Amino acid sequence: MKRDNRIVWINRLLLPLLNILTAFAVTAVLFWIIDVNPMEAAEVLLYGAFGYEEGIGYTIYYATNFIFTGLAVAVAFHAGLFNIGGEGQAYVGGLGAGLAILMLDPTLGAWVFIPASIIGALIFGGLWALIPAYLQAYRGSHIVITTIMFNFLAASFMVYLMVHVLRDTGQMTPQSELFPTNSWMPFMHDVAAGLGYSIEASPLNLSILLALVCAVLVWFFLWQTRWGFAIRATGKNGSAALYAGINPKHIIIVVMCISGALAGLVSINELVGYQHRLIMDFHLGYGFGGIAVALMGRNHPLGIILAALLFGTLYQGGAELAFEMSNISRDIVVVMQGLVILFCGALDYMYRPWLIRHLAPVPKQEELSGVAI
Amino acid sequence: MTDTLAIELKDIDKRFGAVHANNKVCLQVKQGNIHGIVGENGAGKSTLMSILYGFYQADAGQIDVLEKTYTFTDSHQAIAAGIGMVHQHFMLVENFTVLENVILGSEGGALLADGLEAARKELTRLGDEYGLKVKLDATIDTLSVGLQQRVEILKALYKGAKILILDEPTGVLTPQETEELFRIFGALKKQGVTIVLITHKLREIMAITDQVSVMRAGQMVAHKDTKETSRAELAELMVGRKVLLQVHKNPANVRAPLMKVKHLTIADKQGVERLKDVSFELRAGEVLGVAGVSGNGQTELLEALSGIVPMTSGTIEVLGCEMDAKHPLAPDRLRQLGLAHVPEDRQRMGLISDFSASESALLGYHTDPKINSGIWLSDRKVEANCKALMQAFDVRPADPQLKSANFSGGNQQKLILAREMERNPDVLLIGQPTRGVDIGAIEFIHQRIIDMRDAGKAVLLVSVELDEIMSVSDRIIVLCDGEISGRLDACDADERTLGMMMANALDPLDPLQTMDDHQASVKQKAHQETQV
Repeated sequence: MKRDNRIVWINRLLLPLLNILTAFAVTAVLFWIIDVNPMEAAEVLLYGAFGYEEGIGYTIYYATNFIFTGLAVAVAFHAGLFNIGGEGQAYVGGLGAGLAILMLDPTLGAWVFIPASIIGALIFGGLWALIPAYLQAYRGSHIVITTIMFNFLAASFMVYLMVHVLRDTGQMTPQSELFPTNSWMPFMHDVAAGLGYSIEASPLNLSILLALVCAVLVWFFLWQTRWGFAIRATGKNGSAALYAGINPKHIIIVVMCISGALAGLVSINELVGYQHRLIMDFHLGYGFGGIAVALMGRNHPLGIILAALLFGTLYQGGAELAFEMSNISRDIVVVMQGLVILFCGALDYMYRPWLIRHLAPVPKQEELSGVAI
Repeated sequence: MTDTLAIELKDIDKRFGAVHANNKVCLQVKQGNIHGIVGENGAGKSTLMSILYGFYQADAGQIDVLEKTYTFTDSHQAIAAGIGMVHQHFMLVENFTVLENVILGSEGGALLADGLEAARKELTRLGDEYGLKVKLDATIDTLSVGLQQRVEILKALYKGAKILILDEPTGVLTPQETEELFRIFGALKKQGVTIVLITHKLREIMAITDQVSVMRAGQMVAHKDTKETSRAELAELMVGRKVLLQVHKNPANVRAPLMKVKHLTIADKQGVERLKDVSFELRAGEVLGVAGVSGNGQTELLEALSGIVPMTSGTIEVLGCEMDAKHPLAPDRLRQLGLAHVPEDRQRMGLISDFSASESALLGYHTDPKINSGIWLSDRKVEANCKALMQAFDVRPADPQLKSANFSGGNQQKLILAREMERNPDVLLIGQPTRGVDIGAIEFIHQRIIDMRDAGKAVLLVSVELDEIMSVSDRIIVLCDGEISGRLDACDADERTLGMMMANALDPLDPLQTMDDHQASVKQKAHQETQV
């Protein structure tokens, strides 16, 4: 029992921490090579992310996107599905949100626009994931292949729509007309002002609350309902789920729709909350980042929120770093994020055998009892 | 036979956390002997053999092989010292030939041809010497289980094994294949090979071994010369109390059929018919045993009856509903009708190793309104459900939060049986209820099955253990190659008849007619044991 607990803590806490530290250490070496003092860089990064109100706003604003995509990946993962189509689902979700707003009468109030745009994003994101789900469930195409191809389809589809159909009249930029002000997700600084507090303006908007609500709902859904039970059973042991009368095809369809819908909500934060129009490529990087966030967060909503904050920090602090230090370009920041993804994602379990050997040094009993009877 | 010791283990000690898996274990195996090791689940047999084979290192103690002291840190060193192991689950590449499998890991050089040629010569020699005939160019998936096991033995011998450890070698064999294996043991023994046999089948121990060691709770409790002991004594030593190997039951009070299976045929994804035109009735108040070597359609039968695999043709009438290929009933629907199913393979299907016991105890019943109120699946109710099941079937430890994988095999099985039986189903399908379960638990499980039958339920029992089939069932059907190859009342059944029925279409390389004297004597001995 005790050892089990120790292993749980190694997996949940120690391992992610060590992975991040390794990523930072490698980054530090990289900085040192290009003549940047790593400590100084760290200082700039942390100041950029947390040093002042606007920076904090940005950090949480970016984190919001990662919570949505991280949850999207995690929900699918619990059913044993690897949804790497978060990019496309977020993008198409944006179309849903944008269409919902642009098609409604601009004089309507926020209480119509905001739910409508959320529903639009959920439906479009979900439907975009439904096609690969259908193909996996009933035609046997592998979900990893189809979802990644659907990212490209989404990109081309959106380019076509933005250039030929949705482009605002009288301008060259492929973007839609501005959403009516009624439809904007309120900025956090405006909400604070309404409550009598004053904080610096930043893109941070109420979508963060939506993200947190989603995290709680995902937790409740996965661990406190029979549907979540069925999903987790399918993910852990497909034949046992089949034995229990759970239809794996239904699970694939339902789970992928939920996953796509969650990814689609990125557009609420980005478009309805900040850009206030449909633009190109607002989603870039969040879908894939979500995979790392889910892995790092151990597919648990709480872990995902923390991992999303880390990625928000890297996004915002990294931008600050590129701005402040002449030796560091935007690309180096991308490399830094890539290293975190590498160590937390691909090399996730690198230290695990070593940690288990030193901190929980007992051969697994379940392996033992499996050998002979 | 010399008095050289092939293996001498002195005071082997091994702890896993709080579990004392091996407590000052000593063992002496004489060269050229067949030595049996028996014990209940978790008695420490497998740990001991894993230490001997270099999987684990002992905390203390000494290992001597052929009178030289070794410290094995991995299994290569054990192999080099002359130890070969045949695992319960074969380690063979299915689409490789026998020859390729044997040289795997000792290919000898970059080009295969030389190694293959050398191996072919050596294997032919070994085959002649020990009577281990296998077609070297046949791919593994075309061989029967008995022949695959032979390949495993050849593999070990090819690597120079002087001592063979076999872990539950007869679990998957027919009685005839078992006899053939014992004949091979005899030939190996004549050539001076030492054999260590881990098994829980006391009859085999009595039939084949020279010495037997009994383990209980991590300790060696007895070393006996087989001639001077008996099954009853060994069983008593294993569990530390007297056990009944027979099931007590009253005559069956058979009523109306609850399940009628007509012309049931199941084809797998490749279109191969796994079950062919099977018809039978299952009546209230009886236990219908399904005997057969595993892999002859039992799995498909259970899964079709419980709605897991689709039927190809035929009809099944169950509890007033009818299903056929076009109108299947899903497992959850059948469960609602009152059909429960204890799957053959508890790890693969019966529970989810990563789930807590309370979650595994919910598998299949997660939509039960008693546990989930509309949306919410209440943790409290889930746990209470599990606690009640654990209490009813004495599952230990009675901790609903413990991961399912961390229960012993017997306790996992009890949890599954509790889940399926405690809801009082009308029809109960049970696959291999006592596979890998210790004797104490077997008795308990058999009693529960009989109780169900006496309560007027219909029980279909699939088992590869003939003892179990014969003692628990009222009627028996035998499956061979997907067809019913025999039907009889349990009172008319004996091991030989069933064995012949089971072997209907077995591999022609395993004929009964080549039985030599040795084999005949083994058979006779085994037969005597039956009557003890």
